[in-house]
Amino acid sequence: MRVQVLFFGMLKDVTGKSSAAFDVRDGATISDLLLDLEAIIPAIKKSLPSLAIAVNREYAGAETKLKPEDEIALLPPVSGGSR
Amino acid sequence: VKSARGSHASMVGSPIDLASVLGKIRRGEDGAVVTFEGVVRNQTRGRKTLYLEYEAYEEMALRQMEGLAEQALREFAIREVAMVHRLGRLEIGETSVLIVVASAHRAAGFEACRWLIDTLKRTVPIWKKEYFEDGAVWADGEPFPGDISVGNLTGAGSTGPGDASKLGVRD
Repeated sequence: MRVQVLFFGMLKDVTGKSSAAFDVRDGATISDLLLDLEAIIPAIKKSLPSLAIAVNREYAGAETKLKPEDEIALLPPVSGGSR
Repeated sequence: VKSARGSHASMVGSPIDLASVLGKIRRGEDGAVVTFEGVVRNQTRGRKTLYLEYEAYEEMALRQMEGLAEQALREFAIREVAMVHRLGRLEIGETSVLIVVASAHRAAGFEACRWLIDTLKRTVPIWKKEYFEDGAVWADGEPFPGDISVGNLTGAGSTGPGDASKLGVRD
C-alpha cells in the first residue's frame, strides 16, 4: 500500500523534498516505515531519535498500524515562538 | 489568516495586530488580561541575526494550538484564550507569537499563559530558520516530551522492541 510522507524543517533540507509517496507492506507500522526510510535515506538516521511522528495530523506511537493513503509527518523538535 | 474551528487559535502571514486581539477578547467580567509576545531577537549566542523564517505543519499546528487553548480553559480558572502565530519571514523586533489570557484574577492568568507558551514551544509543529550574515540554520528545537518522541526505537542505540511501550499515543 502507498502512504504519503511529509518532511519538515531541517529534514526538508536533508531529503531535498517536502513530501514523498512510499510503498509499505500491508500491516506495516510506523517503526517499519522508519526502518525503510532509514535504509533509503541514510542521512536521516542521525535525526530519527529526536523526531516525533504524526499520522493524519495527530501524534502517533511507533506501533501505530498504517493504512493506505495515510499522511505521515516526520517532525523535528519544534521551535515555535521566540526564546 | 487561518483559524481553527474553535477559533481560539490562528496563524497569520502578516504582522500580528495586538490591539485588535486585545479589543476582541476583553469583557466586563475580566479582572486581568495577561499578554505574552515572543519577539525576534537580534542575536543568538553572540551571532548577529538578520531575520527569521517560520514554517509550520499548518493544519496540525492549528489543531494542536486549539487543543492547548481548550485544555487551558478546562484546567485553569480563566475565561478566554487567544493564540496567534505568525509564519514566513520576520524581521528583528517583530512578534512571532502572541498569547492572551483573560481571567477574573491575575494568578490563574499568569499561570495559564506560562503553561501555554511553554507547551506550545515543545509540542506545536512550527520551526524557525535563523539567517545570519554567514549562512542559515534551523534553530535547535526543544526536545519532545517523552510520550511523543521516537526516542531510540530505531537506528543507533536501539535497545529493542521494549522501547515501543514507552511510545504511547498522545491523549
